[in-house]
Parts: sequence; structure tokens; C-alpha cells
Amino acid sequence: MSLRVLVGVKRVVDYAVKVRVKPDKSGIITDGVKHSMNPFDEIAVEEALRLKEKQIAADVLAVSCGPSASQEVLRHALALGVDRAIHIDVEPKLYEVMEPLHVAKALSRIVTDEKVDLVILGKQAIDDDSNQTGQMLAALLDWPQALFASKLEPDGEGWFKVCREVDSGVELVRIKLPAVVTTDLRLNEPRYATLPNIMKSKKKPLLKKSISELGLNLRPHQQIMEVNEPRKRDSGELVSSVDDLLGKLRKAGVVA
Amino acid sequence: MALLRSALLSPFRLKWQTVCNKGCLVLAEHDGCQVAPATLNAISAGDKLGDVSCLVVGEKCSAAAKSVSKMKCVKNVFVTEHKALHGFLPELVSSVVFACHKKIQFDAILAAATSFGKSVMPRVAAKLDVGCASDVLEIKSPEVFVRPIYAGNGIATLKLLDAVKVLTVRSTCFKPAPVGEGSAKIEPGPMLEDWTCRSEFVEQQTSKSERPQLTTAKVVISGGRGLKSGENFKLLYDLAECLGAAVGASRAAVDAGYCDNDMQVGQTGKIVAPDLYMAIGISGAIQHLAGMKDSKVIAAINKDPDAPIFQVTDYGLVADLFEAVPEMITKLK
Repeated sequence: MSLRVLVGVKRVVDYAVKVRVKPDKSGIITDGVKHSMNPFDEIAVEEALRLKEKQIAADVLAVSCGPSASQEVLRHALALGVDRAIHIDVEPKLYEVMEPLHVAKALSRIVTDEKVDLVILGKQAIDDDSNQTGQMLAALLDWPQALFASKLEPDGEGWFKVCREVDSGVELVRIKLPAVVTTDLRLNEPRYATLPNIMKSKKKPLLKKSISELGLNLRPHQQIMEVNEPRKRDSGELVSSVDDLLGKLRKAGVVA
Repeated sequence: MALLRSALLSPFRLKWQTVCNKGCLVLAEHDGCQVAPATLNAISAGDKLGDVSCLVVGEKCSAAAKSVSKMKCVKNVFVTEHKALHGFLPELVSSVVFACHKKIQFDAILAAATSFGKSVMPRVAAKLDVGCASDVLEIKSPEVFVRPIYAGNGIATLKLLDAVKVLTVRSTCFKPAPVGEGSAKIEPGPMLEDWTCRSEFVEQQTSKSERPQLTTAKVVISGGRGLKSGENFKLLYDLAECLGAAVGASRAAVDAGYCDNDMQVGQTGKIVAPDLYMAIGISGAIQHLAGMKDSKVIAAINKDPDAPIFQVTDYGLVADLFEAVPEMITKLK
């Protein structure tokens, strides 16, 4: 097989950062905060690269939507081994109100233009936690979807066997390409970029496209009214022994 | 007092009713005979959005439809049975939801934020060219919803601007709908017309457990990397036995292969809010806290007094879990 694979990558606040809500409640403080590639997207990239190494994929294209800083994660994807990248340039003001459906629409244009056979996206971005883009993209393209994939292998004649992590365990499905797959954390262990590959990545093609070039009009579907801090828990206490702990839990009525 | 209350509430009611004239559609999740507990929570969330209609789809679903029809706040039940719906492929399920909506034009379409609901609802929203609110914690009005972002470190209030609202709801934030008082009419739902599908359900490998379900258990005992091995998880099962609890795990424990993935509690696993959550050998990473910090009482056993888990616990015990847990089991027996 010589598939054309598209991976979606998003630049998000690093997973280890303890984020803070802006005092005016308009959102989360992201200025001056460490950003990196969404962890689920790293897994998507890794899976695409493995398909290439097994000679199942011929071309791996990384796409990111966002302001110019998004090129950082695309460069990182290129350094990991992706062949080429497309940056869908969105001005910062517009990006703030960009929703999964908008991203899905932008991706669907690229998928059609580039004649992509397989799209691999992360199951969710760890900033908005929506878990929607892959499903929406599949719906827009009328393609089958396999979400929360923990195993992905070709099954002959354009079919892929996918293990999906679901609430009650693991579900096994088969999907026929073209299709959309979203990654679970268990799909693989992403690699690190090596120095020679980082050097090589600087010469790889990174194409910029604007939202208007893609012919998209991003009508808003939602309006964030405010973002608040989560409810703080009252500070608890340290107990000195198992007896003490059981006593407290009994008093609280949660242990018989 | 009662009069005053109703007088205070009535303008609200009136406004809501004029907004919600077609009511909402709740997509039921079931296994062929029983309705998933999370669907009961979704129905009570739907009740806040107007008259509830329930859509039950599957290969065989008469038993599930019947049990849904007995819920007090369910007004209509639509049933679509087709052999192609075996395995509940989201491509087909979403087309039935879409067809059902096209006929009635609901004000809202929702499901519980389970792996099933998450698979179907965004697909429905895209087909309708509308937005979708995931994992809704609270319904402020038929248009305004509250949902978590950044692993629950921000709580966003948002207004959905489209005529039809599509959402998934976090089941631990809504009470289950009372069963056994209603008698909704069961009607045939839309036919599954085009059921050629480029995906195929093969099988489900369910992890068997005698313990209560993680997402609905009153008590949850979770283990982390501190357990050191899969065999040591037996300690937690013994403790869970004494407390009638479900057993969960941190991502570290799942990744280390100590237990199955479907036991994972956290941002990317299951969200639980039991009466008692006991974190044992879990440091308390942001991603783990996202899945359990709404529990009523949180207790933790960890030998590191600086573990972040102690910042959210009501009762923390700094101790070696391999001594404390067996002691606890003995004392509970």
C-alpha cells in the first residue's frame, strides 16, 4: 500500500503546566506559558511514521491550525520524520474563538485537496478537552471513524483492524479507507527527535494557507461567557494512623 | 411559602417553555436488554431542556425501550431496530439520530458523555452544521451550559448559538432519572435506510469484574504506581471487597501494566464522583485529579508527605501502603 496519511497537530499549553484562570474570567492565561504538541497528537504522528516505516504509508503530512506559533509544532513533527507540513494560518483573535467544527472544516478541505487516504488525529486536545474534531471531520467527509484507537493494523484490501478503548474494555472494529482514526494514549510510545533529524527538518516543506484561501467562513457556534476557577476543596487534614483514618471516614458516614 | 416559590419560579418557567417547544432527544445507550446507568443521568439533564423523547437504537432493543418508557420524565420513545446496528457503529447510529431530528426538529439532542455518546454526538452536530458542547456539568438555561476545560482547571460557561443544541453530559453531575412511574408511548423510530457502511463491528472484549461499576460505585479505591506490581493490586481488591467498592487506577498504573485501561480514572479515562474516593499510592497528577476531584470525601494513603494528592484530600495518611492497607482490611473485617 502507499497511503497518503494526514496527521493533525495542535499547539497547546504543556500538559505539566498548572494553568490559571485570567482575573477577568475571559479565559486561561497562556502568555509566557510553556506550550508543546498536544500529547495525543504526538501519538498520531508516531503512528503515521510507523505506517511509513512498514511501507504502508508513502506520504505523511502534518497539518496545524492556528497563529504563527503553530509552526513550532509543525517543525517538531517534521523533525520527528513527517514528510511535509501545512500551516493553516489563523490570526490570534480569530483563533481564540475557533471551534472543533471550524478545524474539522479546514481539515476537510486539505484532505480533499491532498487526496488523503487516512487521517489520524488525537482523541482530544488537552486544552479544550472537546473530543470532537475527528468525529466531525469523519461526518463532513462521510468517512468511517475509529475513535480511541489503541491498535491499528492493515487488514488487506484497504481495510484496517482497529482496537478501540471503550468504557467497558476493548472493542475491535474494521474500517475501510478512506477513514478517520483518533488516538488513545495506549496506541504507542512516541519517539524523540534526533539532532540530525532536527537539522534535516529545516529543509522540509512547510506550506502556509489562510482560512480565506480555503474558502472558509467561520460562523461562530458558541460564545464563551466566562471561565471560572474550579471550586476549591476545603483543606483537609493529615491523620496519624489507620484507626484514625477509619474513625474519620466512619464519622463522615462513608464507611460503615 | 410554596406560593412564593412558584411565583418566583414562574417567569423562568414561562420563558423556558417558550424557548423549548419541541423538547429534546436523548440517545439511549444499552446492551440489548438493559439501559446504561449513564443514560438515566442524561435523561434527567434532558428534563431541564423540555419534554424528553428517547431514541433507542440497536439490533434488538425492545427490552431497553420498555425500561426507558417507564421513566417519569420520558414523554416519547422511538425505537429503531436493524441488524446492521449490531455493535452500535457510530456512522449508522448518528444517521438514525439525524433522521429522527429531521422529522421532529428538536431543540436539543444529547447523550451521556460515555465512549458511545462521544462517538455519536459530534458526528450528529457536524451533519447539522452546528456546534457541540462536550461533557456538560451544568445546564444554566436551554442555551447556556457549563463545561470543564484544561483538565477541569477552568470551568467555562458558554452559550450555544445554533437553533439546535447538541451536547454530551457528564453523568456524575446529574441525578439519575427516577424509574418506574411513567408510561411513555413506544413508537417506531426512523428506518435505517442506507446501511451500507464502511466500518464493521468485530467484537468486544469486556473486562470481567464482580466489583461494582466504576462510574456508578459509591466507593472507589484506586491504585497508582506505588502499588509496584499487578499482583499487589490484589490488596486493593481485598480492601474493595470489605467496602463494597469499585477499583480504579491512575494512568501510571495502567501504563505499567498493573491493570486494564478501562480502570483508568482521569482526564483521559473515566470521571467518577463517588461518596468516598480512596487514592492509594497515587501522587495526584493534574490529569488524575480531573477524574475524581468532585468526589464527596477523598482519602489518600501515600508515603510521600509532599505528594500533590494531599492538597485535595479530606483525610490523608502518610504511611507505607503495604502496611496500612492490610491493617485496614483486618480492621474492617
